[in-house]
Amino acid sequence: MAMFGQVFVKKGKYRIKGDFHHLAAHTPIRDADNAFSLCGVTNPRELTYIHSYGGEAVFFESLSRGTLLASRCEHHACECRGTTYLPFRIYCPDCLKRNRVIDVTDEAKRSARIYTFMVCERSGAFSLLEKPIKFINIAFDGIDTVLMSYLSLGEPRIGMEVVPIFKRRDPSYTILDLSWVPKGTPAEELKPGFEF
Amino acid sequence: MITFSERQLKIPRLMRPVYLVTGGQSKFDRAIPEKRTEELCIDAFTMAAELINLSPAELKRYIHSCYYGHFADHFGDQLLGEAVIHDRLGLDPLGNVGIKTGGATGGSTLWEAVKTVASGYSDCALAMGWERMDEVPTDEGNFLISCAADKDWESALGQIYTGYYAVMAQRYWQIFGKAEESFRRTLAEISVKHHGYARMNPFAQAPLKISVQDVLNSPVVAYPLRALDCCLMSVGAACAIICDEKTALELSKSSPHKPLRIWVAAGSHTLRPADRRRMEIPLLPNETKDQYRDLGRRFKGADRYPGFTGFLAARMAALYAYGMAGISDPKKELNLLELHDAFTISDVQTYEDIGIRPYGEGRDYVESGDCYHTNPHTGRPGKLPSNISGGLIGCMHAVGATGIMQVFEIATQIWHRWAEIHGDDRRWKEFNREKPSDWTDLQVKGAKRGMAISHAGVGSHVTATILMDPDHLLIAN
Ligand SMILES: [Zn+2]
Repeated sequence: MAMFGQVFVKKGKYRIKGDFHHLAAHTPIRDADNAFSLCGVTNPRELTYIHSYGGEAVFFESLSRGTLLASRCEHHACECRGTTYLPFRIYCPDCLKRNRVIDVTDEAKRSARIYTFMVCERSGAFSLLEKPIKFINIAFDGIDTVLMSYLSLGEPRIGMEVVPIFKRRDPSYTILDLSWVPKGTPAEELKPGFEF
Repeated sequence: MITFSERQLKIPRLMRPVYLVTGGQSKFDRAIPEKRTEELCIDAFTMAAELINLSPAELKRYIHSCYYGHFADHFGDQLLGEAVIHDRLGLDPLGNVGIKTGGATGGSTLWEAVKTVASGYSDCALAMGWERMDEVPTDEGNFLISCAADKDWESALGQIYTGYYAVMAQRYWQIFGKAEESFRRTLAEISVKHHGYARMNPFAQAPLKISVQDVLNSPVVAYPLRALDCCLMSVGAACAIICDEKTALELSKSSPHKPLRIWVAAGSHTLRPADRRRMEIPLLPNETKDQYRDLGRRFKGADRYPGFTGFLAARMAALYAYGMAGISDPKKELNLLELHDAFTISDVQTYEDIGIRPYGEGRDYVESGDCYHTNPHTGRPGKLPSNISGGLIGCMHAVGATGIMQVFEIATQIWHRWAEIHGDDRRWKEFNREKPSDWTDLQVKGAKRGMAISHAGVGSHVTATILMDPDHLLIAN
């Protein structure tokens, strides 16, 4: 394995560097109860996808800078004008006009509380989170939806006040860069790379 | 608060009556190393032909277009798997299309086949669904399932779909279940019932004679849900033959059963539960606005609809389907149900969404004994038995086939052929399964009308399929 695949955009095109896949041999699957006759074959494969965040890129970039963005429809003729979305939506689902991007970091720090949660003992392949995973959905003042994320410290309960933390050192530029801790958690208890 | 227009709420209409003539299914199991997917589909198709005393070749001569439900291309590692199956079934040059709506794929496949016949495009359509979930280890399977969540906002969070679903279960557990030990036991009863019914079903993958305590002792997956609260991961195929009246009668000339009327309706809701916005509860024909006025007072936190406690998609599918089939009170007019018991708690949530009980009171459907074939409290027939197949917990969840399996199981009941099909010693032997010495006939006496709910994940797609004995319709249409 020489180098993980890397991608840049230049002149509107993807430029790729490094290895995007690695070769591995097929192996036979044999039936141990039936004279080891052939049943099938393994098909090993490793892929790296090239994915654009498009109009949501600003949200994921902002996490690495300690900012939580939401979006709001401000179209004068929209019947749901003023609805604020987090998960961030690029377009209003009602009038399909582009939403305005707004910074809700302070509202999150002031009013976030757990709407529901789940402590999950299992994870799927390729998960980068430690188990158990403490899933939480968060309600905020002034936001009409209930963002899903994960709690990094403490035991979740419905109604618990939480504050956002951001992976500002070595960010992954994914939703994993945003996490939450109980209100009042001291900074020195945060996991490596995370800051308020 | 979001609202829907009158045009959107119009009761759907089929342009002519549509019938389910026959159906079939393969054996279901966690892995079937000895068979390719096409072999399972041919098993299901051959069974459908045999049930009406035709050869597969004779049945094929009637088919005009084909609808294939197969959710996860990446599970089977075969794009355009529909074309493979279509070719192996020898159905060229008929038009065919693949349908995928997550866990609701089977129901959606029937939806398409029914509409095609109702419109007059085809007089006879094949709906065939399958899934192959044994081509990867379980953790990779969980990864592949998690790809059905929003990839940027959810999937990276643990790559485990149970987590995205279970936050809703937690909310239901605390708000409507009040986190009561008695409610936890009620959930366990559902698992005991479904694994128990699976014992009488030779197709079923997880027959178990267990107790409530066994469920409560099984490993925690996501508290309060335990391993025995969860559905299976399966391999298998199921099919149905959908026709107009004239073709249905012609195909049934030597059939021991009559063709059944079929209606399918569908609803949807946000892929991410996080995006759910407030709305008023859409009311079913057996509900009144008044009954929910104090819901938030009776259940603290229940004032936001659907919040995370109800499935709007299921409610809408039921609302449309009841309108189409003339159902004014599903508790009284239906004789049996097959529900999408992905988890014991989602089974309870669905009772409320489809109006078997009002919101907040779903548990009573189990606690009253109404959901059983035989009410354990009275020893008399349950009022509205559900999931006699064993459901997704006891029988299978081979995603693309599940919704069709449910409908087929209901059909065998309305045909009063349940015992013949499930009790056949040759079938038990062929599937290499031991028929239990206490095998019991689970035929629902006098079954005339049933409904199946096919449901995707967190409730993004839901279909409601109603089957009726054509001599016991509720409205003439
Ligand atoms: Zn708008």
